[in-house]
Amino acid sequence: MIDADRLGRSFRVRRTTVHAVRDLSFHVAAGEFVGCLGPNGAGKSTTIKMLTGVLAPTSGRVTVAGLAPSRRRTAVAREIGVVFGQRTTLWWDLPLRDSLDLVRLLYKVDRVRFRERLGELTERLGLGGFLATPVRQLSLGQRMRGDIAAALLHDPSVLVLDEPTIGLDVVSKAEVRAFLRDLNAERGTTVLLTTHDLGDVERLCRRVLLIDHGRLAFDGTVDELRATVPGETSIEDVVAHLYRNSPPSR
Amino acid sequence: MRVYLLLIWTWTRAAARYPASFALMTAAGTVTAGLDVAVIWVVFSNTTTLGGFDVSEVMFLYGAGGLAFSIADLLFSNADRVGQHIRAGTLDAMLVRPVGTFVQVTADRFTPHRAGRVLQAAIVLGVALARLDVPGSRLWMIPVMVVCGIVIFASIWALGGALQFLLTDSSEVANAFTYGGATLGQYPLSVYGAELVRGVTYVLPLAFVNWQPGLYVLDRADPLGLPYALRFLSPVAAAALAVAAALAWRAGVRRYRSTGS
Repeated sequence: MIDADRLGRSFRVRRTTVHAVRDLSFHVAAGEFVGCLGPNGAGKSTTIKMLTGVLAPTSGRVTVAGLAPSRRRTAVAREIGVVFGQRTTLWWDLPLRDSLDLVRLLYKVDRVRFRERLGELTERLGLGGFLATPVRQLSLGQRMRGDIAAALLHDPSVLVLDEPTIGLDVVSKAEVRAFLRDLNAERGTTVLLTTHDLGDVERLCRRVLLIDHGRLAFDGTVDELRATVPGETSIEDVVAHLYRNSPPSR
Repeated sequence: MRVYLLLIWTWTRAAARYPASFALMTAAGTVTAGLDVAVIWVVFSNTTTLGGFDVSEVMFLYGAGGLAFSIADLLFSNADRVGQHIRAGTLDAMLVRPVGTFVQVTADRFTPHRAGRVLQAAIVLGVALARLDVPGSRLWMIPVMVVCGIVIFASIWALGGALQFLLTDSSEVANAFTYGGATLGQYPLSVYGAELVRGVTYVLPLAFVNWQPGLYVLDRADPLGLPYALRFLSPVAAAALAVAAALAWRAGVRRYRSTGS
């Protein structure tokens, strides 16, 4: 479903070249649930942006559902749903329902299908109480659920989430996780998320990609990740150990 | 195209929820535009011709150019918000959707309050045509020039938007040519220096909005003696500029670097 082959992205910053991502290769099969870990600035968001067609790679290649996002941006957009945890893709001054209606137009979802899908998502994500509220007045948990609904209106085969649980309280976090788990189990939607919350990883992800300094540092199951550091039992300590022992930051 | 119309209709309905604000903005736009016409009036109360053209002819040039500009302004001027979308991160959201970025940027937060200006220009054009005696065989050029003018102004906005992918705060650069170009075209170009007229003919084709095709409609010789064939070349100029704008926009999107997480 997602194929990255020696994927790289560099930026020119005041006459020096910064390699945000380099030589990143991995394959995600249909129906997988993958978590992407890494310290701040490791290149997770840059990777997500290349998968979704926001940024063009400067080296290597990536395909989603067989299509290169930077060349076939709109075709890839129909295949994937994207949630940016730190910024909304909704319109601040419009009620959530109107925002979702605009998203419907952008994805050319017909009215009947839209009503059906919105009913389903409203029930699953508990949107009923705030569909008429302008997005700027929503709590972070409500906004995140609204953003997830917007990303799924067109029923994509892949859902990519960049830090979907950031800043959420325990209850909202649990609701988002339960929703994602069901989505993956029932509809077979491929899910790739980035996170700093290891609870997300332990509860949801069957597979972990660890990105460090723009490179793939680990690819395997949560148990295999735990086994990489003998003597440490909590996943929190394992990851902290791995981050601390990574080569010094640029 | 269909998506664009549906999007602006949705934003229009959103704007209609504040009817007082909408009515005031539209009225203010129409009044400001009306002052432009008053200026022409004042000029002609002191003289009988302007650059060799009488009041009806000047109003024709003003109305035809104004109509093209105001329609382009209404529909496409949001292209100058690319820099804002880059800074706010909303461009990322647009890039993950299956619709072209130009359509999304221009339709985003569309408000119809600039429609007053379109109405005003159409009235001036109508009055001018009623006072002029344009033969039926030359009328076909009027819709052609308005459409070409819309394309030319829309392309300049797109070029300005494309520039903002490189220089985020450069929206004033495009404004100089769009709003500046519209102001330029309110008077016969023969009132300006020959060098400026050559520039807006051969470099940035603003003369093809209303001046060159207008000379055909009015059946006037070019006061600056430029080739006769130029008055038929508006579609060529508009198409060339549109292609340049589309390429620049695409190059801009490809160079986009995004910001933050």
